[in-house]
Amino acid sequence: MNLDGSRMRRISERVLPPVVFAIFVLVAWELYVVLWDVKESTLPPPTAVAESIWTNRVMLAENAWVTIKVILLGFALAVFVGVGIASIIRASRRIERAVYPWLVVSQMVPIPAIAPILVIWFGFDMRPKVLVVALVSFFPIAVNTIDGLRAAEPELLNLLKTLKANSWQRFRKAQLPAALPFLFSGLKVAAAFSVIGAVFAEWVGASAGLGYLILVLNNQTATTDMFGVIVVLASIGITLFLIVSLVERLLLPWYYESREVETEGLELEPEEIK
Amino acid sequence: MSATATKLTVENVSKTYRGAGGGENVTALRDVGIEIGDGEFVSIVGPSGCGKSTLFNIIAGLVRPSSGKVLLDGDQPDDLLGKVGYMPQRDMLMPWRTVLDNTTLGLELNGMKKKEAHKVALGEFGRFGLAGFEKQWPAKLSGGMKQRAALLRTFLAGRDLMLLDEPFGALDALTRGQMQEWLLDVWQEDRKTILFVTHDVEEAIYLSDRVYVMSGRPGKVSLCVDVKLPRPRRSEITMAPDFLALKQKLLKPLEEAVHGNAMIDDHPTVEGPRR
Repeated sequence: MNLDGSRMRRISERVLPPVVFAIFVLVAWELYVVLWDVKESTLPPPTAVAESIWTNRVMLAENAWVTIKVILLGFALAVFVGVGIASIIRASRRIERAVYPWLVVSQMVPIPAIAPILVIWFGFDMRPKVLVVALVSFFPIAVNTIDGLRAAEPELLNLLKTLKANSWQRFRKAQLPAALPFLFSGLKVAAAFSVIGAVFAEWVGASAGLGYLILVLNNQTATTDMFGVIVVLASIGITLFLIVSLVERLLLPWYYESREVETEGLELEPEEIK
Repeated sequence: MSATATKLTVENVSKTYRGAGGGENVTALRDVGIEIGDGEFVSIVGPSGCGKSTLFNIIAGLVRPSSGKVLLDGDQPDDLLGKVGYMPQRDMLMPWRTVLDNTTLGLELNGMKKKEAHKVALGEFGRFGLAGFEKQWPAKLSGGMKQRAALLRTFLAGRDLMLLDEPFGALDALTRGQMQEWLLDVWQEDRKTILFVTHDVEEAIYLSDRVYVMSGRPGKVSLCVDVKLPRPRRSEITMAPDFLALKQKLLKPLEEAVHGNAMIDDHPTVEGPRR
C-alpha cells in the first residue's frame, strides 16, 4: 500500500505538470484568438482544429496510414543499417578509421535535397520515401551504438579474462548489455527524425500521405485543416517515441530502476529540509 | 610458513613498458620477489605508482613480465589467465545483472548450469551478508555490500589464490573496519590464499601473516615483515605495543618512498579498523 501510494504519487508528479501546462497553453491560445479576433486563416483556435480533425477523420486516417508505413519501414531499415554499420566499425580499428569520418560527412549532405534524386532513381512509389526516412534516422542509431559498444569498462573486460571468458563471451556478457542503453538513446532520437524525414519525402513526390496533404491544404490556404494534419503527425512521432521508451523499459529494467536509486536521494532532499 | 606448501612464487620479476612514440622506456617493476604459502594472507603496501597494479596484472595473467618467473604451486604455467582469482579495485558488478547473477559469473563461465550455480551461490549469501538482496540490482546496495558481492563472485570462481586490489579503499572508515573483521572471519573459515593490496599500513598488519612494502619507481620490494600477532585478531589489537612497533617499522620505508619521489600525488594513509 505504502509502495503503491508512493509509486502513484511519483507517476502523478511526472504526468500532471506537463498535462496542466498543455491545458494552460491551449486555453491561453483559444482566449488570444477569440479576444483579439484573429483571422482563422492566420491562427485557428484549438477548438476549431479539433473540430477539423473530427470532420476529416476518414481522410486523415487514410493518409496517416500511408505515412505510418513509410515511417515504420524507414525506421526499421535505419535500425538495421545503423546497428550494422556500428558493428562493422567496432569490429576493426582499420575500418573505423576509414569509415567513421565519412559517416559524419554523410550528415553534412542535406537529405531533403537528395530526395528529388531518389525520386528520379526509384520513382513515385514507397521506396524513395522509405530511403529518405532511413537516411535521416540511421545516423543517431549508428553513432550511439558505436559509443555504446565502447562503453564496457576495460577493468570489467579484464575481470572476465581472468574468469576465462573468451572474446565472444566478453561481448555477450559485457559489451552488448553495456551498449543497449546507448542504442535506445539513438532509437529515441531516430524516432523523432523519422517523422521529419517522411514529411520531406512526401513533399518531393507523393500522391497520398500526411506530408502530401499539407502541400494540398497549403495551396488552398486551409490553415485549420493544416493544423489538424500537424497534430496527427506529432501524435505519430510521440507514439513512436513512447513505444521505443516502453520497449526500453521492458528490456532494460535495471537501467531505469538503477537510475531511480540515484535520483531518489535528490528528490527526497527538499522534504528533509522541511 | 615453512610447514605449508608454497602457493605462489614471484621470482625476479621486472616489467618495462616501451615508451610511446619513441619516448623513454618506463620500468614499472624491477626484480620483485614475493612468496606466499598455501592458506596465507599476505599484503603488499605501497604508495600509488609503486607498480602494485602491474604486479597484480602479471600474477593474474593479464600482463606478461619482461623478465622473471611466476610460479603457481611450484610450476610455471604457460598462461596464468583463469588460474588466479582477481578482484579489481572497483567492484565491477554488472548493473544489468541481479546481485545473485553477478555472484555466479565465475561459476557460469566454468560451465555450470544456471540453476545449480544459483544454488551454490545462495548457500553463501548469509555468510557474505547479502541475504535478502538476491534479486536486487547492484545499484541498490551500499558500498560495503557491493564489495562483499564482488568478493563472493571472486570466492565462487573457485581459485585457490585470490588477488584483492584495495577492496576497502573507497569505503568509509567505520564500514572498512567492519569489513576487515568480516574478511578475517571468512578467511579463517576457508583458508584460501589471499594476496591483498592496500595503501593502509594498519589494515595490512591487522589482516596479514606477512607484509611486503613496495616503493617506486621503478617498483621494488623494499621491506618484508612477518606479522606474528596471534589469531583470531580483533580490532583492539591495533592498540597493542607489538602492533604499533610493526606499524612504525613499516611506515619508515614508505615515508622515504614518498619523500624520495615528489611525483607521487597520493600518500599512504594511516587509517585502520576502528572500534
